[in-house]
Amino acid sequence: MSMLVFLEQHGGELQKGSLGVLAKAASLGSNDVAAVIVGDGAKALAAEAGAYGAAKVFVAEGEALQQALPQPRVDVLAKVVQEHGYETVLLANSVLAADVAAGLAARLDAGLNWDLVDLTGDLVGKRLALQDTVLVDVGWKTTPRIALFRAGSFDATPTGGGEPQVEDVTVELSEHSQQATITGQELEESSGPSIEDADIVVAGGRGLGAAENFSLAEELARALGGAVGATRAVVDAGWYPYSAQIGQTGKVVSPKLYVALGISGAIQHKVGMQSSNVIVSINKDANAPIFEFSDLGVVGDVHEIVPRLTELIKQRKGA
Amino acid sequence: MKIAVCVKHVPEGHSKLDPSTKRLDRSGEGALNHFDANAVEEALRLKGDSDTEVVVVSLGPAKAADSLRKALAMGADRAVLVSDDAAAGSDLVATSKILGKALERESPDLVLFGQQAADADGAVLWAAVAERLRRPVVSQAAELTVDGGSLRVKRQTEFGYDVIESPLPAVVAVSDAINEPRYPSLKGIMGAKKKPFDTLSLGDVGVDAGEAGESGSKTEVLALGDPPSRGDARKIEGDGDAAQAILDFLAEKRLV
Repeated sequence: MSMLVFLEQHGGELQKGSLGVLAKAASLGSNDVAAVIVGDGAKALAAEAGAYGAAKVFVAEGEALQQALPQPRVDVLAKVVQEHGYETVLLANSVLAADVAAGLAARLDAGLNWDLVDLTGDLVGKRLALQDTVLVDVGWKTTPRIALFRAGSFDATPTGGGEPQVEDVTVELSEHSQQATITGQELEESSGPSIEDADIVVAGGRGLGAAENFSLAEELARALGGAVGATRAVVDAGWYPYSAQIGQTGKVVSPKLYVALGISGAIQHKVGMQSSNVIVSINKDANAPIFEFSDLGVVGDVHEIVPRLTELIKQRKGA
Repeated sequence: MKIAVCVKHVPEGHSKLDPSTKRLDRSGEGALNHFDANAVEEALRLKGDSDTEVVVVSLGPAKAADSLRKALAMGADRAVLVSDDAAAGSDLVATSKILGKALERESPDLVLFGQQAADADGAVLWAAVAERLRRPVVSQAAELTVDGGSLRVKRQTEFGYDVIESPLPAVVAVSDAINEPRYPSLKGIMGAKKKPFDTLSLGDVGVDAGEAGESGSKTEVLALGDPPSRGDARKIEGDGDAAQAILDFLAEKRLV
């Protein structure tokens, strides 16, 4: 049962979600777990991949692989799978990885199960479907199998693995893989941790009342050491940037703690945060759906409770 | 220029799975996947007053014609529906093969997708179709411009925005933030009835029945179950001590 995990890196940093998938793969009892890292600096990241359970790391570097574009990565993965016969390819979902997974599925005529939240040792995938109302067991009829996991499905916990064997991959890119180029970037300035990597997320919705009231969420996040998220409604209203949007058409997060301020809990938002370990919500509407999936629901006014809570947390941390 | 827009006919309202087939229950009313309306709108915007042809393409049951008619009513020029009993239950691999073949017949300069299927939550098909067509692909397009033989996309990512350029022909998946789809006018609805509409079988597009449907699929649904439920949820009314109660809860969970 050989497994190959696509480790996504940006700017020399392996993404936590893909390390979580690697740790999961390593926990399934396979004796052949390898990782692929693409882009400049890949080799330097191999040791980290070893610590999360990769016995072998394929690295593909070079000018043509530098940009965060999916199709050259399909070329790399297809080559590694074909040459080494990996039976299962695992990826953590992201804008990049989703396109890599689907491109690879078509290239190899391989089955792709997406939006998985778990995988069993006998390779049954678990998928939450229809706005998370059904848990579906999915399988693959042939190899290679491709598994794309919902972001944040697994904790990125080092497995205590040692120094991996490193193998360089040189690949001739397909013609169509070399057409698109990134000619510019606008990176979001963020002061705190990114919401997908944060252990604590404080998110605000329409119940905050106005754009300037997002400072309530920001101050609470700062006190807790977390990041700030937002619902689609407030992003559409221009209160907060898209990069902070959590939900079906934004990011999917599963922090240790999710604090929802003035968020009703519409399905669009729910699917982006409900796998959080602990959910605390404050909303003045006692019938808000968010209370149905909160560990602690507080019916009350965010404008009164949040500043007080921020103060209490600062006092506690200062003590 | 020729733009093909891939659209899906999805069940209206609350979707459910049929326990016997373990497939989505498509017996009820359906509608144009609303994410695909953004792709149709973007094609019409790019077309403007030019002689660009916008053709909408779908794989689905005969009823999917309704969604294609809606796209025609919005302003698309022509519709192609691939409909075949043998295609029912096609997974990503099979669907991308069939759509790829249907698109090859059209050889469009640009293929557009919406960002997600509202029924099955799938959000990857474009990349598989691009691979079938061996064309460059760009997803999560928040802005799209076409200039001569190339396109420029502003792509939303987890980190901000990338500007991506690519020569045509190419495949682009647009985000639902890219535009506000128009509603079909009465004139558009009437006019749609006269627009060219082709219904094709798998044989017409050159796909063997064995490569489609369940026999052409590489994945399978094994069982349906209930989602995990949350444990002991607590709910309190927010009086003056609510902040303290939250702090105590966080402390108990070792989160502060």
